[in-house]
Amino acid sequence: MGPLIPNGLIPMDWNYVIAIFIGMAFGYILEASGFSSSRKLAGVFYGYDFVVLKVFFTSAVVAAIGLYYMDYLNWVDISQLYVHPTYLWAAIIGGMIMGVGFLAGGFCPGTSFCGAAIGKIDAMVFTGGIMLGIFVFAEAFTVLEPLFDSSNYGNITLMDTLNMSPYWIIFIFTIIAIVSFGISDKIRNKVKKVFY
Amino acid sequence: MMKNKTQKNRHVYWNPYFGGFLLGLLIILTFYLTGRGLGASGALKSGVVTIVDTVAPTHAESNAYYSKFIKEDESPLNNWLVFEAIGVLLGAFLSGAFTGRLKLQVEHSPKITSKRRLLFALGGGTLFGLGAQIARGCTSGAALSGMAVLSVGGFITMVFIFGTGFVVAYFFRKNWI
Repeated sequence: MGPLIPNGLIPMDWNYVIAIFIGMAFGYILEASGFSSSRKLAGVFYGYDFVVLKVFFTSAVVAAIGLYYMDYLNWVDISQLYVHPTYLWAAIIGGMIMGVGFLAGGFCPGTSFCGAAIGKIDAMVFTGGIMLGIFVFAEAFTVLEPLFDSSNYGNITLMDTLNMSPYWIIFIFTIIAIVSFGISDKIRNKVKKVFY
Repeated sequence: MMKNKTQKNRHVYWNPYFGGFLLGLLIILTFYLTGRGLGASGALKSGVVTIVDTVAPTHAESNAYYSKFIKEDESPLNNWLVFEAIGVLLGAFLSGAFTGRLKLQVEHSPKITSKRRLLFALGGGTLFGLGAQIARGCTSGAALSGMAVLSVGGFITMVFIFGTGFVVAYFFRKNWI
């Protein structure tokens, strides 16, 4: 039963080889979907291109349905999967800073790798900026540590917070995603086209 | 001629639902194999730790953040996310090569100069790097992989990245539209 590497079904030696192949698929999908273009990515915030919303929500819904279905079939033990921990205020403040960074720079880390790989100089500079930001964070860690470590709720999921079954949560999430796709198409038809 | 090329390029990208579906399958595969999700900023963190540890080892070891990632007998670059990020570069390069999108250029709105675009890219990247450390992950590691396993923190980070984006979009409009 999965996950295969932590359960010793695939030897640990394969871990980095698998990492490169998974990364290649990740980069290929992002670039082929248009995530190497900052002007295409920024479109979601101005209503002229919703590729970010569509790819992002589709993949999250597909992944959540698939993982919970595989758990149901006993192919994977969902309790063994890593759940990103919830540090409430760090998630909020960090998310807000990333939001401003997204609008100013037009990329996020994964997409800037894709842009840099096909020769976008703005993406290379953005990637350098990320490293600078990490450096600033580390140097200011004593000041930021209280925020970084505060309000720790552990590895909680929406089931804990909403007290609902995962199947209902995924169902509602899927409906929200589909409705947002419909609304985004309506908005895009009304917004002036931007060529890039 | 130029316009023709632009219009043609617009249609060579995949259908977003197809791309999203494949990305969803990839996230499933990644969790199924490794027990964890995808990531991006983590690889750059390893890079920064390695640089600082090489240039100023005593400083790195006395810093409470760098020292979390420094091991006695192993480079911080010996990390799953670093190999994954190398793969991302290769994969994106291949996709760009197959579709004729490989080109050294600064992409920007005709309303702004290349210099302005690069300055904002640097500033935006710096903020993104800072925010991703505070939130323990970026759009890939925290938001996308978090949402796939219904992590509360993943959803909160996603809502605040995009929510803040919509709030500040007005101030950056000249850069994009």
